[in-house]
Amino acid sequence: MKIHEFQAKGILSKYGVAVPRGKSAVTAAEAKAIAQELGGGVVVVKAQIHAGGRGKGGGVKVAKNPDEAFDYASKILGMTLVTHQTGPEGKLVQRLLIEEGMQITRELYFGIVLDRSTQMPVVMVSPDGGMEIEKVAEETPERIFKAFAPPALGLQPFQARQLAFALGLSGDQVGKAVKMFLALYQAFIATDASMIEINPLIVNGAGDLIALDAKVAFDDSAMYRHADFKELRDISEEDPLEVEASKFSLNYIKLDGTIGCMVNGAGLAMATMDIIKLAGGEPANFLDVGGGANAEQIKNAFRILMSDKAVKAVLINIFGGILRCDVLAAGVIAAVKDLGVPVPIVIRMEGTNVELGKQMLKESGLNFSTADTMSEAATKVVALGK
Amino acid sequence: MAVLIDKSTRLIVQGLTGREGTFHAKQAQAYGTNVVGGVTPGKGGTTHEGWPVFNTVADAVNATGANASVIFVPPPGGADAVMEAAAADIALAVCITEGIPVIDMMRAMAFLKGRKTRLIGPNCPGLITAGQAKAGIIPGHICKPGRVGIVSKSGTLTYEAIHQLTGNGLGQTTCIGIGGDPFIGTSFIDALSLFAGDSETEAVVMIGEIGGSAEEEAAAWIKANFTKPVVSFIAGQTAPPGRRMGHAGAIISGGQGTAAEKMKALTDAGVRVVKSPSDIGQAIKESLQSR
Repeated sequence: MKIHEFQAKGILSKYGVAVPRGKSAVTAAEAKAIAQELGGGVVVVKAQIHAGGRGKGGGVKVAKNPDEAFDYASKILGMTLVTHQTGPEGKLVQRLLIEEGMQITRELYFGIVLDRSTQMPVVMVSPDGGMEIEKVAEETPERIFKAFAPPALGLQPFQARQLAFALGLSGDQVGKAVKMFLALYQAFIATDASMIEINPLIVNGAGDLIALDAKVAFDDSAMYRHADFKELRDISEEDPLEVEASKFSLNYIKLDGTIGCMVNGAGLAMATMDIIKLAGGEPANFLDVGGGANAEQIKNAFRILMSDKAVKAVLINIFGGILRCDVLAAGVIAAVKDLGVPVPIVIRMEGTNVELGKQMLKESGLNFSTADTMSEAATKVVALGK
Repeated sequence: MAVLIDKSTRLIVQGLTGREGTFHAKQAQAYGTNVVGGVTPGKGGTTHEGWPVFNTVADAVNATGANASVIFVPPPGGADAVMEAAAADIALAVCITEGIPVIDMMRAMAFLKGRKTRLIGPNCPGLITAGQAKAGIIPGHICKPGRVGIVSKSGTLTYEAIHQLTGNGLGQTTCIGIGGDPFIGTSFIDALSLFAGDSETEAVVMIGEIGGSAEEEAAAWIKANFTKPVVSFIAGQTAPPGRRMGHAGAIISGGQGTAAEKMKALTDAGVRVVKSPSDIGQAIKESLQSR
């Protein structure tokens, strides 16, 4: 789960990470009032969307006074921000963060993710803050410094010190950095984060280290033990069909093509998308109904699939293991009768109770096409969708 | 021969008395697996569907001589169940549970280091040795004893490969679903090493997917060490970057973990990479014929 910058900063500050003073606003008048509260001086007006690259897209502005904050806020609220992370359709700005202005003497990078090959959390820092870390990794990998935290013990002070010295910090800044890195690590573990990124982490005019930006994402699987994070979810940042699908424990991701697909299992669902493409079509979605789907879930899956008006034909590909083919067939027949699906449907099923399932489809009197193999199914559905 | 599991395996089920645990214990037994009991804390001393139930894995091992465990414990207790199996020196622990918090699993992996237990999964369909025994949820009736080993990150896509190999008469030795989570106990390389030492396995199907670099690491290892033919399919050639495709580990991030990179690495290592999942069976057949 992704959250907004202002939410991330709120959480991190509870763990002792220094962040600029500020508040979120949803109107220009609120933005102005916050600027006044902060002392009436320079503030930064920042668009709150779940994507990076906001500055370049015009979503971050420095205002000299509360009136200017009002003007910038009116401009940014309601704009559709297009950045390298939003895709060409961009994201609508509905909320701002108004923060005190900071004098910046250094811009650093800090990040924590879980490293798959060592199976440990890796803490990364770089003196090249403000740049995309992927770019730094590609062009000047020697300017990224890493520490692998022992999973049972966590990040150790000596590791945090090594990173601070690698960043060229000296004097009392080293101690401040160590304190901050350990606090960030503690926040990472305690909140079940999958990523924390502070870019930039700045040294201000007074020599203090401050998280000027903050990006935090959580492990969805661990959210059951963080009931308080539920309210942090911003559904307006997500695709409405994906939100709807999640209510029924369906794993749906909307894509740009015209061939809808419904599959059991994530790997088979991806493989089905791939084979549609190989047959000359474009998948309209990824949809995994899961290993133990029932007839009701199949029906909801169908409804969600068909809400995408770009869909011109549907491929159902099920390998029955726990999910029996007859249950699938019953669900599909009920859904088509109820919803009156107006596009051609190709069904390929295999596995448990396949003969019974096929017989049910045949006897339903509905106009399904069937196929024995995945490639035959893909060829058929692409032809029917033209 | 086959690998990891066979007729002599003595299997316990952690979470036996739950719906999934009960269903799959029965399925495994019906397939010929020697299921010797189960573990459900608080129900020790009772019997369930004819099997003795124990409070702890250690008790179960002491009483039954179990050497393998399959875990159907809900996600909040999943990592704990893995550690309990390892603490009891179970040789093989197979964790089916999907949705274990990543940090829990990371700690469990650290706990496993230096211990005797091999973990398969989590978030996997488990494994089956065709015609002998199974631990997990792979349907037995689609398998047929034969010549090909399978190692896969996926569940149903593995069934697809099994089906093709049964259909063309080649059959399988052992099929191992290693799981699609970021942190897993048995890697492609681990599974391939086992198949290298198994005289019955003449060729291997390796099914990967986007995310991480396990396929690239396996490619380098195959090039240096593995002499049997390998056919591979990588799912997610059309997956968009930055989106998690069902499995927790299936994500292209920062340009890393694409299907194209993995397919290239495997091709360069001499693996026959098929673009279509429908071609797996035929490709294995041709690889075995041209040997």
